[in-house]
Parts: sequence; C-alpha cells; structure tokens
Amino acid sequence: MSIIIFLVILILVWQGFYMVGVDWLHLYKPYSVPSPLGVGKRFIEFCSDGSIFQSVGNSLLRGIAGFLIAVLIGIVVGLLISHFKYLNKNLKPLILGIQTLPSVCWVPFSILWFGLSTQAILFVVVMGSAFSISISVDNAIRNIQPIYTKAALTMGATKKQMYLHVVFPAALPELVTGLKQGWSFAWRALMAGEVMTTSIGLGQTLIMGRDLADIDQVMMVMIIIVLIGILIDKCIFSVIEKKILRKRGLL
Amino acid sequence: MSVLISNLSKRFDNSEQSTLNNISLEIETGEFVCIVGASGCGKTTLLNLVAGLETPTTGEVIVDGEKVTKPGADRTVMFQEHGLYPWLNVMENVKFPLKLAGAPKEEQEKKANYYLDMVGLKDYKDYPIHQISGGMRQRTALARALTMDSKVLLMDEPFSALDKQTSNQLREELQRIWLETHKTILFITHSVEESVYLADRVVVLSPDTGSVADIVKINLERPRHVYSPEFVELRHLILDKVRGDR
Repeated sequence: MSIIIFLVILILVWQGFYMVGVDWLHLYKPYSVPSPLGVGKRFIEFCSDGSIFQSVGNSLLRGIAGFLIAVLIGIVVGLLISHFKYLNKNLKPLILGIQTLPSVCWVPFSILWFGLSTQAILFVVVMGSAFSISISVDNAIRNIQPIYTKAALTMGATKKQMYLHVVFPAALPELVTGLKQGWSFAWRALMAGEVMTTSIGLGQTLIMGRDLADIDQVMMVMIIIVLIGILIDKCIFSVIEKKILRKRGLL
Repeated sequence: MSVLISNLSKRFDNSEQSTLNNISLEIETGEFVCIVGASGCGKTTLLNLVAGLETPTTGEVIVDGEKVTKPGADRTVMFQEHGLYPWLNVMENVKFPLKLAGAPKEEQEKKANYYLDMVGLKDYKDYPIHQISGGMRQRTALARALTMDSKVLLMDEPFSALDKQTSNQLREELQRIWLETHKTILFITHSVEESVYLADRVVVLSPDTGSVADIVKINLERPRHVYSPEFVELRHLILDKVRGDR
C-alpha cells in the first residue's frame, strides 16, 4: 500500500515539475521533457491501435525463446565445468571473462554474422545470459553441503542417482536465483539487440520515439520495459524461489 | 566375521605424522564396538576408512570378505550432523536409501513404517525436517540407516551434537533397538560413559601414536545402569586409558 502512495506522490511531483518548468517558466522545450500526462496519452494511443501489444508480444516471445536457449546451453556448460576438473580450471576463467562483456558488444558481431534478423537478436540474448547461467550452475553445485553427497555415497547412490536425487534438489534454490539473474541479463541483452536492429518490438518502438523526437513515447517504452522486468521477476521467479525456501523452512 | 581391519594406517598429504598407525581390529557379526579417544586421535578417520570415504595409506579393511575400496550401502554411516535432506519429509528421508536401491514401493512403505515405529516417530512421518527437533532428526537418521540393513552400521558421534538429556534418551533407545535387531555397529564417541553403556567392546585409541591403546570387553548385562558400581569402575578404567595413564 505504502508503495502505491509513494508512486502517486512521485508522479504528482513529476507532473508538477513539468508544469512549472515547461508550461509556466519555459525553462525547457516541451520535446525534451516527458510528462506523466503525455506518457499516459501516448500509452492510450498505442493501446487503441494495438501496436503496443504487438511490440510487447514480439519482445516477450524473443526474450523467452532466447532465455530458454540460454538456459539449455548454460546448464550443459555449467554441468561440464562443475564435473570436469580440467574444464573448471581452464574454461571457467574464460567464461567469467566473457561474462564481463556488456551484451551490447555482441550486437555488431551478431549483425555481421546473421544480418538484421531475429536470429541476430536471439544470438545477443543467448550470449548475454548463457554464461551467467553456467557460472550460477557451477556455483550452485559447488555450494552444496558436503554432508548431502557424503550421506548419499554411504547409502549406495550411483553417479546418476547422485545428480538426480541429491545434487539437483540440493542446488535448486541457488539454481533458481541463478536463472532469475540470467533472465534479467537476457531481458537487457534483448533490448540492446532490438535497439540496434530493425524487427518490430519494444526496442524498435523506443528507437522510433527517438527518431520522431517524441520523448513521451521514449519514456513510455522505458517504463513498459521496467514493468515487464519487474512483473516476470515477481510473478515467476520470486514465487518459485519463495515456494522452495518455504518448503525447506528457510523462509 | 563381519569387519576385518588389518594393519591400517593413514597419513594425510599435508601432515608429517600418521593420523592412524597400524590399526588391527576384528568385529564379529552382531557385535557392538565403540571407539573412544581424545579429540584428534583419528576416530573419525578410522570410521571414514571403513566407510570408504577415505583411502588408507597402508593396510586394508575387509567387510564380509570384500575389500573396501569405495563407499557403499553395505557400510552406511550415521553422521553427527544428521545429513537428512531438507527437501524431503521424515518419511521420504527414511525411504530414500530404499528408493536408491530400487525396492518396490510397498516394501519401501512397509520398511520405513516399521523403523519409524521403532524409533518412535510414527506420528511425525509427514513432518518437514525443519519442523522437528534435533533429537527427532537423529531418530530419523537412525531409522534411515536401519532400513538399509547394512552389513555394518557406522555411527560417527551421532548424539554428541544434542543436549545431554536428549543424548541420554537416544542412547537408551539405541540400546533397546540393538537388543531387538542385533545389528553390527561400529560407534565412534568421545564420551566414555556412552561407550561403556552401549558397547560389547570398547577400543581405546591413543592420541599421540594413533594406534590402539587397549581393547576393553564390557561384560555388563543389558539394560545397563550408569550408576552401578561395575559401570563406574569400567568407566574410570577406560577414562584413565583415554588420558594415557597406565
């Protein structure tokens, strides 16, 4: 409740700032300052012609597809670097290094490789999040309490049973946290990819706003991007995370 | 003969002194053997070697005619920290080893119920691990270990993390359960009282040499009473040996 009041106050202050700075004192040009009313008006327009749904739908679809591919790759690579000492010693530092590369840096490479296509955007998303996921998988497995695996060994667990019945459930809470972080990387990388290419999506709607010098549209898209990020985090990852922790009495 | 430990020594890579030195010991089927010794004398290392969690520097452990090379279900361990899985409830934890062994569902159910009854947890089957007390967790771990029917049950100070009262209660129950089941048990403890209470034989490890200082046979009738004069006498005798006085 308190956060809603806070947001309402924030929006009122923002609108007040616009009215004083732009309408009364003419300190700023109208096209350089967004206003809540302007953003709201733009939002209604975009909703009524349906174009916003198309952008959001396209972006979400790409984001989810890219994220799922990244999860698959991330888990396989993570398992490999956690299982094989050689890879852990030699490949992991490399992955950690690549992970520091901002995802937007993959865009030029991706465009040269795939052209201005959906594949190019997906590639950026995958590169932006797969490595972070693989590092999380490795860490999650590394942080399992040794007693869990020790006990399983003395109960006759085979290697396969160990992974299936002990390692996976034991690593699960940290794994979900890793996936959550992976998603936020994927979502950011997606925007980098969409802004730099030309397919319909939130990134393109953002760039179109800039081309039209329509700061209300730019602001509106930014707010939508943030809202979707929060929504997915709260409605999917946090729910799963809490459920797992509560079952284990950690919450 | 169930367990045969012969000329067993262990020296860790980073240490100059052997933790265990030329240990030889035979454990009969159905026997309850306790290992006592001051902390740092290598009790847990000895247990880990029998469990196959560590490999010996020299010597070998033979269980039921087979040389120990790796951990296995025939030598299950009950640890000081219960080692239960927090994502499973009490019942599921007890069934876990049976599931690993691929036992049929009805058998899993039957065995788990039988041993949960035995340790007095009949009414806590569906409880998550985090909602039961430390003592109940160790009971669950005991039930889990019992369901496996191992050739030897290895217990590494299973009651030492509990408060005195709970720990005493659990050792009474372990005595009762042992009288019912006559499992072969190798039990590590730093409590001389616990060892005299539970064991057929008490093996005293000497702290300085990492070898067997003495083996004391406990011929007291069960159930035992800690305040009986014979008990107190044996306790003093073993305590002196643990301290290294002759």
